Formats: sequence, C-alpha cells, structure tokens
Amino acid sequence: MAEAATGTESITVREAIRETLSEELGRDERVFVQGIDVASRGGTFGLLEGLGEEYPERVRNTPISEVAIVGSGLGAAMTGMRPVVEVMYSGFLGVPMDQILNQVAKLRYMTDGNVDIPLTIRTQNTSGFNAAAQHSQALHQLLMAIPGIKVVCVSTPADAKGLLRAAIRHDDPVIVFEHAGVYNREGEVPVGEYEHRIGEAGIEREGEDVTVVATQVQLWNALEAAERLAEEDVSVEVVSPRTLDPLDVETIAGSVRKTGRCVVVDETPLCGGSQSELATVITEEAFFDLDFPVQRLGVDDVPTPFSPPLEEEIYPDTDDIVTTVRQLA
Amino acid sequence: MSEIDTRKRVDLDDEARIDLLRTMQRIRAFESRVQTLFADGELPGFVHLYIGEEAIAAGVCGALEESDYITSTHRGHGHCIAKGHEFDRMMAELYGKETGYCGGKGGSMHIASPKLGNLGANGIVGAGVPIGVGAALSSQLRGSGQVAASFFGDGATAQGAFHEAMNLSALWDLPFVGVVENNQYGEMSALEEQQAVTDLSERATSYGVPGIDVDGMDVEDVYAATTAAIEAARAGDGPSLLVCDTYRFEGHHEGDTEFYRDDDEINEWRRRDPLKTYPERLIEEGVLTNAEWNDIVDEIDAELEAAIEFARESDYPEPESAYENLYAEEV
Repeated sequence: MAEAATGTESITVREAIRETLSEELGRDERVFVQGIDVASRGGTFGLLEGLGEEYPERVRNTPISEVAIVGSGLGAAMTGMRPVVEVMYSGFLGVPMDQILNQVAKLRYMTDGNVDIPLTIRTQNTSGFNAAAQHSQALHQLLMAIPGIKVVCVSTPADAKGLLRAAIRHDDPVIVFEHAGVYNREGEVPVGEYEHRIGEAGIEREGEDVTVVATQVQLWNALEAAERLAEEDVSVEVVSPRTLDPLDVETIAGSVRKTGRCVVVDETPLCGGSQSELATVITEEAFFDLDFPVQRLGVDDVPTPFSPPLEEEIYPDTDDIVTTVRQLA
Repeated sequence: MSEIDTRKRVDLDDEARIDLLRTMQRIRAFESRVQTLFADGELPGFVHLYIGEEAIAAGVCGALEESDYITSTHRGHGHCIAKGHEFDRMMAELYGKETGYCGGKGGSMHIASPKLGNLGANGIVGAGVPIGVGAALSSQLRGSGQVAASFFGDGATAQGAFHEAMNLSALWDLPFVGVVENNQYGEMSALEEQQAVTDLSERATSYGVPGIDVDGMDVEDVYAATTAAIEAARAGDGPSLLVCDTYRFEGHHEGDTEFYRDDDEINEWRRRDPLKTYPERLIEEGVLTNAEWNDIVDEIDAELEAAIEFARESDYPEPESAYENLYAEEV
C-alpha cells in the first residue's frame, strides 16, 4: 500500500466512499459519476449525498437503464473520460451483463491494446437486510470468471478509500463490490491520497495457527472470531484478498505456508464460489505446508430467503468460523 | 423535438460526389473479394458481407469529420472502409495475421481502430449503441464538438440496448446520430416477423427525437440527411434517428442458403444497386467519364490485390501474444 500522507482518521466505509469520490472529482475533470438517483439522494443508501450539488455536471442521475449506464460509461471511457458508474445492487448486474461480459471486459483485448478502458463500476453485495433473493447476494465470483475486468471487494474503511481511489486511477476496467453490511463500519484510515494497490491482499490481523481468508461482512466476523479464539490460545491470521481478480497469491499462500491451516469464508454460494478458486490456488501453492484440506464456508447453494430466521440460517457467522477454526487448530 | 429539414440541398461538388462513389466502390470491391477468398477457404471463421448497403456507410462517414466517432456491427467492413481504414490491415485482420488492425485478435466481426474514431465493429446486435451514446456523452462533457454515430440493423431496434441508449441520448441532448440500416432481415427472419412497428422511424417519436426516413440506396440522400442530423447534434439540439432503407444482396453470412427469400425480390432490389445507379448518374450528368470510372475501379482493384498479397505474406501472431494486451496495467 502507498501512503502519501502521515496520520490516520477514524471514519466509516460510507464516509470513505463519499470522501474519495469527492476528492477524485475535484482532482480530475475526466472523472464523472452516473447512476440511479446518485445526484439527488446520493444513491440508494444515500452514500453520495450532496455530491450532486458539488459537481452538478459530473454527478448524473440516470434512468433505470443499467445497459445504458454501463454501456455509455464504456463509450466515455474509450474516449477520454474516467467514468464511475453505479449498479445499485449486485443482483442487478444481470441487466447490463452483455456490456460487462462482451464489451467492457473484451474491447481492449479484441483491439490488441489499442484502447484503454479506465472505467470503474461500483456495485454492492447485500446480506442481513431481509431484502430477499434479488436484492441479497454476493456475486463477485461471476465477475472473477471473466478475463478482462479486475474485481475488488471493499471490506473496511481503508479499503473503501484505497481501493476506490486505485480503481478510478487505474487504466483498466475495475468492478468495485461494496457491501451494504459494512457501510457503517468504522475504522482507521490513512489521511491524504491513499491507495490500496489493485492486486494486493492485506493481512488484517497477524497470527500463527490458522489462516482465515475472508471478505466484507465475513472479514469482520473473522476478526471477531479471531478475538474469541485468542482467549482459547488459538492464534488466527486474518487475510483480506481485497482484489479477487487478479488474486495476490503470494500474500495469501504465504500466510498459509506459515500456519499450515486455512479456512476461506465468503458469502458466495459454495458451488463455483470464490472460495473454490481461493482454496484451489492455496492448495496448489502451499500443498506441502498444509496439515488439513482448506476448509470453505459460504452459502449452501440456495438463493437468499426473505424471512429473518431463514436468511440467518444460510449465511456463515462468527460462530461458524470459530467452530471451523477449532476443528483445525 | 428539433425540426430537421432533411431535404435541405447539400452542395456537393464534383470531387465530393466522386469521393462518395469511390468509397462505395472500395467497399463493393473489398466485399466481393472477401466473398471469393472465403469460398476458396482462405479466410478462417465466418463473414457477413455489406454488399448492397454501401451507400449508407459512404454517405454517413462522408458527412462525419475524421475526429468523429462511429460504432459498427458484425456487418462492419463497409463502415471501417468508409471511416478510413486501409485495405491491407483490414485484410490482414481477416486472415488472422499479426499485421491486422487488431493483431489477429478481433477478426471480421471486431475490426476497430479508436485512432480513426472507430470504437469497434461488434458481434452483439445492438451493443454498440450505448457505447456510441457514451462517446457522445464524453464529447459533450469535454466540450469537444465531436459527434458519435452508431450503425445498427433493423434487428437491433428490438434490443433493449437500443431503447435504453436512445432514451439516454435524447434525455441529455447528446451529439449522437443513430443510423438504422434497415436491410429488411434480422438474421434470417423478415422485418415484419420481428417488429410490431415496421415503420422504424416512428420509433423516434418514443424518444422525442427526429426520425428521418432515408433512401439507403442513394448515397446523396444519406449524405444530406446525415449532414442535417450532425448539424443539429453539434448545435446542441440532441440526437436523431436515421432510418435507411436498404437491402442485403447476400445472405446473413456467407453460406446462408437464403431459404427465406426469392430471386424476384432480390432482383427487384438489385435494380436499385447504388454501384449501378450512382456511376450511371454521375456519367450522365457529366461529372465523370466512363473511362475515368473504369480507372477508379482498376485502381481500387490493384490496391486490393496488393492488400491480399500483404495479408497472405504477413506472419501469424506468435502464440504467446494470446496473453498480451488484455490489460493496460499488469499487477
């Protein structure tokens, strides 16, 4: 990570996103933001509140037209702008999927590098809001399967600031998966123009006995689990991949080589989930240091149900992580 | 809705008219040779020919400035030629050679040269329309005065991408021109089997933009309508939808058995072949002599044969280049 200024401040993910967008809009006239209600009420969670008044021409309300939101962002990115487009929920990614799969991800390659596509797509995974199946799910694993677009997951305030800034300044398309369940999480963030480099994982807590690789809400659960397990003298190292594609294999596998035991926890369904790719890469890279097979925690291949006890049932929680780590330790 | 006088006389001097004819002939010659090369098994993949529709690409691109943008389609060779792409690098791309516009990574359906304002031929029907609208948005935000024109077929007007993009372009008064090439068929089904409203210019009403019926077999009509649409776009009056009536003389792709239409229909449209009517008209009006026309044809043929040789003699890309140029920034 590159730190341009000294000192930290304690802010929420929500504040970090707004602050970063405001700074980047102020720094570079090529940056503009478009999405549904982003200028008027700051998007569905009010994240960008007031930004439309700061930059009336470059923070733009769009119609409910995800194909046009992403597609016009792409056209603008190919012609000198650095757009940040918002798809309100990751469950809505199905609507503009052709633009993402066949256009955004492929146009640089198909032109043999004759055009750069500095496009940022912001969206958010959701869980824990009783928003039901179409508004609740993690979908970054789908994007990981598409060569040509980089995938990052925001878990902490430092991620929100560092990854979003890096994505906007990056010359390739980056999809930023935020998570509604972490918007109000607070944490220390370096002040100034701070970036998390795309493609770099982070060790969020150091430990010796078991590595837990986790994202978003599950990263916070993993940190809580680590705290509880410390009382039992189990030392857990918590790794945040931050960039899911391309993966920082060195950092992630490096941790597992040290601990010899690994649990991967994410909110994607287990079949074809991000856990599978992580477990495979870890196994390939750290096989002879592993004492146990890599364990996967995730959603057990059902859509997210509405009723609170049903939703709670399907997502991993801190207890699940504690139980799984104990089995390995 | 701004009013556009599409029948406004556009002054075309002799040189400009000959240029339009030359562009059409360049497309016709290229496509005709591609047809035989494909039949001979020289070209990998598959090809969709633009034969019959030349007046649209020539008329639209003739009215655009070099710095303006286009997006193209799977039937895109004509648009590329009209936007200034060279035969040799196009042909090399069709052969899958490293000297092609896309280093062999694109092929017939994906020729693109952003430097020439071509944001890409596109294999997904309708997908280029939002991209073109985005280029128009970029022009508006940068205050650059550029216009973006998207070519697409009648089939694309049934796609959601088309509707979303037209609505957005109209909502924001973007400098955009939608060019429908109504060649009467989407893939292998007729227009009336696919569209509830077959008068496609009526679609423009839904977005509050001018919908202009254009004779897509008359290059000067296309040129005049495009010029009017571009003037409105540059003046900040927003987008237009040009609906160019035309005909695909060949099948959807080479190898199409064309079970869905008969010779009478094809012959009826061939009477309006722009490569027959326009040279006749220019010769009759004394703009061009027969001999000069023959010279143009010969000159283009010679350039084309040289391009084919260039493509044949070029190397295939190194296999390792399959892993290059996915990203601008390797991490």
